[in-house]
Amino acid sequence: MHNLLRFRLNDELIELATLDPTATLLDFIREQKQLKGTKEGCNEGDCGACTVALGTHERGELVYRPVNACIQLLGMVHGAHVVTVDSLSNGAGATHPVQDAMVKHHGSQCGFCTPGIVMSLYCLSLDRKDPPTRETVNTWLAGNLCRCTGYRPIVDAAMESCFPNNSPEKDVQKVDGFDCSGSLFIGDENSFFAAPATLEEALQLYAKHPDATPVAGATDVGLWVTKRLDKLTKILHLGRIKAFDTILQTNGMIRLGAGATYETAFSVMSEIDSDIASVISRIGSRQVRASGTIGGNIANGSPIGDTPPILIALGATLELQKAGASRTIPLEEFFIEYGKQDRQSGELVTAINVPTLKTNERFRSMKISKRFDQDISAVMAAFKFTVSDDEISEARIVYGGMAGTPQRAKCTEKELIGATLKDESSWETAIAALDTDFSPMTDMRASSNYRGLTAQNTLRKALVELSGVDTLVTRVTAHRTSDLGQTE
Amino acid sequence: MNIQHPKKALNQTTVVRHPIPHDSGTKHVSGLAKYIDDLPEPHGTLHVVPGLSPIAFGKIISISLEKVLSYPGVVAVLSAKDIQGSNDTSPTGAGDDPVFAEKKITFHGQALFAVVAETRLAARHAARLADIKCEESDGLLVSAQDAIAANSEVLEDYQFLRGEPQAAIEASVHRLESTIEIGGQEHFYLEGQVAMAIPGEDGDMRVLSSTQHPTEVQHVVSHVLGVPQHSVTVETRRMGGGFGGKESQASQWGALAALASQVTGKACKVRLDRDDDMMMTGKRHDYSVSFSAGYDERGRLTSVDTSFASRCGHSADLSLGVNDRTMFHADNAYYYPEVCIHSRRMRTHTVSNTAFRGFGGPQGLLFAERMMDEISIQTGIDPLDVRKANFYEHSERNVTPFGMVVEDNIILDLVEQLETSSEYRARKTDIDGYNQESRFLKKGIALTPVKFGISFTLNHLNQAGALVHVYTDGSVYLNHAGTEMGQGLYIKVAQVVAEEFGIDLDSVKISATTTDKVPNTGPTAASAGSDLNGMAVKVAVDQIKNRMRDFVAKRNNTLPADVKFAENRVSAGDYSIGFSELANEMHLERISLSASGFYRTPKVEWNRDKAEGRPFFYFAYGAACSEVLVDTLTGEMKVTAIDILHDVGKSINPAVDIGQIEGGFVQGMGWLTTEELVWDDCGRLRTHAPSTYKIPCASDIPEHFKTNLYESDGNREDTIYRSKAVGEPPLMLAVSVFSAIYHAIASINPGRAPILNAPATPEAILKAVQSIKGNH
Repeated sequence: MHNLLRFRLNDELIELATLDPTATLLDFIREQKQLKGTKEGCNEGDCGACTVALGTHERGELVYRPVNACIQLLGMVHGAHVVTVDSLSNGAGATHPVQDAMVKHHGSQCGFCTPGIVMSLYCLSLDRKDPPTRETVNTWLAGNLCRCTGYRPIVDAAMESCFPNNSPEKDVQKVDGFDCSGSLFIGDENSFFAAPATLEEALQLYAKHPDATPVAGATDVGLWVTKRLDKLTKILHLGRIKAFDTILQTNGMIRLGAGATYETAFSVMSEIDSDIASVISRIGSRQVRASGTIGGNIANGSPIGDTPPILIALGATLELQKAGASRTIPLEEFFIEYGKQDRQSGELVTAINVPTLKTNERFRSMKISKRFDQDISAVMAAFKFTVSDDEISEARIVYGGMAGTPQRAKCTEKELIGATLKDESSWETAIAALDTDFSPMTDMRASSNYRGLTAQNTLRKALVELSGVDTLVTRVTAHRTSDLGQTE
Repeated sequence: MNIQHPKKALNQTTVVRHPIPHDSGTKHVSGLAKYIDDLPEPHGTLHVVPGLSPIAFGKIISISLEKVLSYPGVVAVLSAKDIQGSNDTSPTGAGDDPVFAEKKITFHGQALFAVVAETRLAARHAARLADIKCEESDGLLVSAQDAIAANSEVLEDYQFLRGEPQAAIEASVHRLESTIEIGGQEHFYLEGQVAMAIPGEDGDMRVLSSTQHPTEVQHVVSHVLGVPQHSVTVETRRMGGGFGGKESQASQWGALAALASQVTGKACKVRLDRDDDMMMTGKRHDYSVSFSAGYDERGRLTSVDTSFASRCGHSADLSLGVNDRTMFHADNAYYYPEVCIHSRRMRTHTVSNTAFRGFGGPQGLLFAERMMDEISIQTGIDPLDVRKANFYEHSERNVTPFGMVVEDNIILDLVEQLETSSEYRARKTDIDGYNQESRFLKKGIALTPVKFGISFTLNHLNQAGALVHVYTDGSVYLNHAGTEMGQGLYIKVAQVVAEEFGIDLDSVKISATTTDKVPNTGPTAASAGSDLNGMAVKVAVDQIKNRMRDFVAKRNNTLPADVKFAENRVSAGDYSIGFSELANEMHLERISLSASGFYRTPKVEWNRDKAEGRPFFYFAYGAACSEVLVDTLTGEMKVTAIDILHDVGKSINPAVDIGQIEGGFVQGMGWLTTEELVWDDCGRLRTHAPSTYKIPCASDIPEHFKTNLYESDGNREDTIYRSKAVGEPPLMLAVSVFSAIYHAIASINPGRAPILNAPATPEAILKAVQSIKGNH
């Protein structure tokens, strides 16, 4: 058990014996360490001005990912190497090829977003074996907003400079591993930041402190702290639990450890269907996907999370555990109503079991939002059809954004049974039945009318596609040639 | 046609006209560029956070602050009673923009009080602990439509009228009647509003402010504190973006920091949280436009009658100028033989809308382009041909609705160059074919022009000053009235200095804009930054150069006119002396090496009461061709290609100018596509963070994004190095995207005009699709 938070910030070893449980990494960098290169733009993980590179030990090496320092709780970086833009400067100027390229291509105007962009591109350059495509750069920059340049010069700079052969030796950060395995607990019974190393320990602690706030990637809880100003006195960080992010593949089933990030789960989920790849690559941004977890996306109970409709359509089950007890339920039963989930006191979401597709099953999912990248869905649709001889024998039709929870369209599902893929007229009753299944709300993302119509049209589109029409003919999003490779 | 340049061709230049990187580029990329929140804080600096109104319209019954005051770290709570001067931050002195609301609440999120604490976090927590009792009043007005119904106006109507437009419409072969709703826009400067005040002796106050208008912050601080203007110095080194959002809207935060300093005697900093910033500061005005027009067989207008009603918000702010500029640009590049342009300025219980890149012009221009598109749909004539048929001409059909003759018209030549280079016609044919075949997806293409008037229409703002010192080692210190918000003004002006003195750019020190070096300035706005400050600096430099010329000429018995400045040397005939050596020698001879410069824009004169005169020194022109792909089942849209040709005269810095053009375009594209401001029925802004308010991101930009500068002999007016203003005009090039979307939708049912309002979000697009499906 460690009672000392230890991490490396650029070249400095940081050791902290006391810690405000909700202190953020950004405030530590800017206020405590007076490193002012990293900026605060929005304080909610959307603009990317605070992007830093977070290096974590994986299979014997340090892997660097861009994260939003503003919503990263300080305790979460235990054992990690935090690299800020300040370390890419010798006090007088830039030292990295990405920076030179940014200047050369006129990639900064007001300059406020620039340090965050440089750090995203720095991580991209460490991730590359060869120069990136424009699409790859766009994917990596989805979480870095620039209001001045229109991005073209930034992307040009990235394409020219973001590959490791172009990086000086110094870049491959060699930080000696210091012993941070084992659990972390800072604080006392009344207020603490705890990061247990085993699930058993986490469950014990949660049983003792059912009022603690479990945190995985903090891409949601971070905003409770920075925006709602919640005073969370007991933080139970799940990110250090051994094997909590393990992904197991057995015949016809994938078991996702609840701590698997979107990024970790990407490739295995993508294998189920390419539509899942398209959706996951549009959840948040690179920064958010590096931190946020599938388990967290479920456990927070949001009606607009993008993965629950997909998982429910696939027929996923949810494992929950508390000290001395565990249970498995169909995922759809976890969501009771808006703001209410079937999670008992002291219970954690521990895993999601996802059945893969059988040969006669077809899957489609579509995310509809105002902006293509890094936007919360107005409507999130996911469908699984069982098809034999062009006839639908079973359907799981699930929507997010249409009700207080991610929800199946039971009437529609029923009406679809017996529909023929080759005969559009056989779909109409089912499509119309969506009006019976849902009475969506109007909010800042979309009106009730739009949601209703789009729900119908996404289903229609899926059926058209299943009948053999190419997505290039049915979807604008298919023309957004996005390079989905997350870990090439 | 190319402009016939009135003067001889310009000589080769060594610094000016070169694509030199932004002066702070290296500092930006290495995190070394300091913004206000990055500067060292004086010991004991306190942090100020405003407390916000929970309702949009009503009365304050009581505000109980016990819990706020007892929160650990809180030093003071400020309210209206702490103000020794006047409780107003209005840019026009209208008295309608209080630092703190006193009795009446006029918008949701209005500042009621402010917490001063040892840390910003403590102040943020404490500010939410106030027990605010207020009473909502009847008659809440949220939208412009609400205000029209209630006849609630913040300023008087204004109108341009020529001929008898309604009669002319009646007499026309074809008639058109339509409406368009145009949404507002949040600036979303990446650096939020911030100011730090540092108290000095004798009640002096130094305020570091992220503002486009240091002089105005100085004036507002002076009258809020009740001290003379000479006691207040305001300094701005750089902003992390402005876009108009820090023209008048920075004053309140400068005043708040200064007030806290005056009360506590400590340095005080205000840095708004992003959500507070978005709720508390004004945005681009949204408009309801209704119009009718008459035109002939070839789509040429005979008469236009249009009425604009904008949501100004709870106070006047800059709404007079903004709405006037909408009217000045309701013609865009088109001649309206008979015309009425009417403008209403509606008062609502929402945050006061303000300057935003284009300053009302974009909304006027969007109306004009929608009218062209509807004529095209009614007649079946290609929209580009409708546009060309209506362009201003040269000897006739060249007078604007406000009586100004368009003297520098290049629009037809510019548009035809782009028409050729973008292969508009061939692509249009391909798209028509695609749309006939494609059931769900539709393509659209549009080539739209921009003509934008350059000069402040409030004439006294058309002035600037500069201060230039040459030191005895030949290094040069540069200061001027303009502020740097990322647009590259500082580097452009420094290039002018280096070019004029014939010295290296490195020899010129760029310095922060500050009211004690160059006083009584206008804002850095209206795209006029380099026109005004470039000239003011040249005036200062010329004075020093003339002294140098006299000195060298006298010493060598040559004429001052023969003295040349180049390659860090000053030469006359066979004689040559190093610039630094000359400076030192002149100092020893007791000759001043410092000068201030002053410039006022010539020719401009606008009599608003009579609606006559020449409000603009010249016009900037441009055109863009955009192509889009629209999903008719979901309303999703992608911009697939952009070609731009833009007129910047003879560019001072082509790299900086292209950056302004591309960045402006993308910002305009955001305004017209993904950026949607949503208020609820209680008058609360629901899109007050980047999670809900979506500016463009990298993947929204097509790979095909080509920008070219229009080649010419330069501005026909005598501007600095014959350049043209570039800050605002390119934003309106993005109207081509909106128009392309419109035509993509219209292809579903040719001959019917879709109802598409801005922004064209997926929802707005789907609604427009529904609007023309089926029969009448």
